[in-house]
Amino acid sequence: MSLTMEETKARNKELIEEVLKAYPEKTAKKRAKHLNAFEEGKTDCNVKSNIKSVPGVMTIRGCAYAGSKGVVWGPIKDMIHISHGPVGCGQYSWAARRNYYIGTTGIDTFVTMQFTSDFQEKDIVFGGDKKLEKIIDEIQVLFPLNKGISVQSECPIGLIGDDIEAVSKKKAKEYVGKTIVPVRCEGFRGVSQSLGHHLANDAIRDWVFDKMDPEKNKFEGSPYDVAIIGDYNIGGDAWSSRILLEEMGLRVIAQWSGDGSIAELENTPKAKLNVLHCYRSMNYISRHMEEKYGVPWVEYNFFGPSKIAASLREIASHFDDKIKEGAERVIAKYQALTDAVIAKYRPRLEGKTVMLFVGGLRPRHVIGAYEDLGMNVVGTGYEFGHNDDYQRTTHYVKDGTLIYDDVTGFEFEKFVEKIQPDLVGSGIKEKYVFQKMGVPFRQMHSWDYSGPYHGYDGFGIFARDMDMAINSPVWSLTKAPWKKAA
Amino acid sequence: MPQNADNILDHENLFRQPEYVELFENKKRDFEFGHPVDKVKEIVEWTKTKDYQEKNFARDSLTVNPAKACQPLGAVFVANGFARTLSFVHGSQGCVAYYRSHFSRHFKEPTSCVSSSMTEDAAVFGGLNNMVDGLANTHSLYKPDMIAVSTTCMAEVIGDDLNAFIKTAKEKGSVPMDYDVPFAHTPAFVGSHITGYDNALLGILKHFWDGKADTAPKLERVPNESINFIGGFDGFVVGNMPEIRRIFKTMGIEHTLLCDPSDNWNTPTDGTYRMYDGGTTKQQVAEALNAKATIVFQQFSAEKTAKLIAEHGQEVVALNHPMGVAGTDQFLMALSRISGKPIPAELELERGRLVDAIADSQAHLHGKKYALYGDPDLMLGLTQFLLELGAEPTHVLSTNGDDKWAAKVQALFDASPFGKNCKVYPKRDLWHMRSLLFTEPVDFLIGNTYGKYLERDTGTPLIRLVFPIFDRHHYHRMPIWGYEGAMRVLVMLLDEFFESLDANTIIPGKTDYSYDIIR
Repeated sequence: MSLTMEETKARNKELIEEVLKAYPEKTAKKRAKHLNAFEEGKTDCNVKSNIKSVPGVMTIRGCAYAGSKGVVWGPIKDMIHISHGPVGCGQYSWAARRNYYIGTTGIDTFVTMQFTSDFQEKDIVFGGDKKLEKIIDEIQVLFPLNKGISVQSECPIGLIGDDIEAVSKKKAKEYVGKTIVPVRCEGFRGVSQSLGHHLANDAIRDWVFDKMDPEKNKFEGSPYDVAIIGDYNIGGDAWSSRILLEEMGLRVIAQWSGDGSIAELENTPKAKLNVLHCYRSMNYISRHMEEKYGVPWVEYNFFGPSKIAASLREIASHFDDKIKEGAERVIAKYQALTDAVIAKYRPRLEGKTVMLFVGGLRPRHVIGAYEDLGMNVVGTGYEFGHNDDYQRTTHYVKDGTLIYDDVTGFEFEKFVEKIQPDLVGSGIKEKYVFQKMGVPFRQMHSWDYSGPYHGYDGFGIFARDMDMAINSPVWSLTKAPWKKAA
Repeated sequence: MPQNADNILDHENLFRQPEYVELFENKKRDFEFGHPVDKVKEIVEWTKTKDYQEKNFARDSLTVNPAKACQPLGAVFVANGFARTLSFVHGSQGCVAYYRSHFSRHFKEPTSCVSSSMTEDAAVFGGLNNMVDGLANTHSLYKPDMIAVSTTCMAEVIGDDLNAFIKTAKEKGSVPMDYDVPFAHTPAFVGSHITGYDNALLGILKHFWDGKADTAPKLERVPNESINFIGGFDGFVVGNMPEIRRIFKTMGIEHTLLCDPSDNWNTPTDGTYRMYDGGTTKQQVAEALNAKATIVFQQFSAEKTAKLIAEHGQEVVALNHPMGVAGTDQFLMALSRISGKPIPAELELERGRLVDAIADSQAHLHGKKYALYGDPDLMLGLTQFLLELGAEPTHVLSTNGDDKWAAKVQALFDASPFGKNCKVYPKRDLWHMRSLLFTEPVDFLIGNTYGKYLERDTGTPLIRLVFPIFDRHHYHRMPIWGYEGAMRVLVMLLDEFFESLDANTIIPGKTDYSYDIIR
């Protein structure tokens, strides 16, 4: 059953050839550049990335608005994020990303609410700036405890020539102390969610950092202050990460942006180190803080005990012995838990194969967690990764791994059909396709409504979830018994 | 250490452990710089007042937690109801990711749909090339029998002309000249998802009946005895359509369901993924022109479509999501009148059983107050059914219902003694509803998944009978139409009543004298 490395590589090459045959010639040429079998020793995955999706092929990607409102800004809990334009974008992304938070929703916290300017034809024809002004006024009346507002542009805003920057400036003057941020994240900009992340980062730079009052929200600094960057607290991920950083003696002064507040954002330049989980969506602001405020940053990976331990040590290496000892203490403290989790689940998962397709981080970041459980990732790809993500991926994947960038519905289906992995990890749009095929599946954006998966507490849940997906009795029922024999 | 391999704690329990509770407290105290607890409490209480309600109802620009989506969602719904048809939305690609996710979260099924993936250059030069390449790719990759095109607001704002674009794409060989590409302009800034349903269905009927965009002769209507059925945008379509089919069959009426996604969103897990399953065929669409009449089950979901059909010489019977006893009576009597066939004993027996169930249980629902929100036709149907049960639909709200709709709801109130203290709220959202639930409390709320936030804030128990339902599974598999469907709705209303009563009487030694074993 199991193929040799050479056979695997040949099979993957063949598979790529085969799917390309289904496309018109012009498209086949384009798609060929996104598909490859990884060759060990190479410094990247030899695929093109972060370029336009081909029309009509069923890309899994979203848009810049999804990257800004849905990912970066949406979780900031004490601000109100207006989905500015027609009603749909805000409706479909309403509370769907499971960014956990603590707060009184609708009073001092607004994450799981859908604020929209609900554009009508007259707003398109005459412009929406007046309406936006009125909306900001109405927000101040009805939601007086908001700490600020962000304007998340939907497609029409950039097309009809609205000046949301002018409105934001005007209203920020009128409502002193409220941060008002226009974001030009119209869905047609860029090629995926990725540009939305970048635009959202830039908006924080220009409209939060550059306008903040240094006298506001002051606190006593400590030599151990760090900020968690790029953790959206999906199912509580940032919390099960924060707890480890604090246990090793660090002080987490901000969370970006899961369960985050505007005060935390504003105070982040005071951190001694920014620790960056989702490189793809927040490397921009990390680089900016390094350049402007001298805050160094380090990437880390809190999926699975191997990577957690390595990351804790890496983070600790930026601090003194007290923290280094703290890291060792934390690793030792959780050793028994991880041993027990692995002892329980590894025998049930050993040798199982996984194919992934997620956003911009997890296609590489979760590989270690699977390997801790004895599983092998045999195919992976990014919805909106860039070349630097594919470079980083080389440190995770094995020789011969099938790589597919911005995979199309057709390709993914064919790949899974032929490779027959024991598990597919991707999104809601893919979930039911593969389950119909009888292939176990876990959503790796939302944790399939479970989580957290980060940190040691999360790893136990991750292991349990992968086991329940793969070893569910339902998969033995997909073929009717009277058909099995045939 | 909270986590334990032998007893893995999920999020809802993990974060209640003392380590995390302390973490939350420290974070809030040291870094969030939030408002004082007293201030938060004060505002919480203020939002419950009449004063707040007045300010809330005075807003005319901000929308908070609406109960509607945008046009293309309805268009994708429609395309999914035709055999081997792929939905193609011209414009930005992120929209398509949203429609697909939205439907998949509700139906727990795959939803196929492609985008023409327009980006900044298309915003400047128009999306013609995207259409040309997109249709070619879709056709060769997914081999649909028909590609149903609709638009996102981006394509609408820049003024892309679908008719011209599709023609050009055909001339360039993207798809064969005689290949069916019906289309509909579906601007997100006009109407809602039900408008999109209407436009998309209109586009398909026009295409097949009126000469395929001037590439074929118009069809000549040769009337027959068949009846068409148009369901409208319906979150329970998977359960409802088979029920409608059964009713037609029981009555022995030739029929065509125009747009039937009930198989496409209900495929088996047997090792094979079916990208297309069931749905109305192209031939059925063409032949539907000859039908004697068309039943439009949800008037506000198919206004333009109904007009087109009437213009082609058919009788159109437009209903408002009739449900319950009288609603289903009305539907069946319309079928009987048009077809000239009697309502069979079998259906009459079902009716009798439904009335029996209502008689058994009505005392529990009599006089109970309900708040409900959702699409305009569904609200009319539910209002009618609640009044029939002796319940009071105290607040009936619709974000995409207009004044014309409100007048219809008011007419239902006026026709029943139970409608006396009831009020209708057109063009309002769930933040308006929140105020109403505080100032004029009711016993139960009927809505979609988002209603759970109202349940949390106001303590009003929620009954999920409105699309989308993400946090309960498989409701959509059961019909809410016909006498059988009414039975299901009745049970849901009763279940919530009994659950609430039990929950309210469950404290041992204190309230449990009423924790009755027989109710």
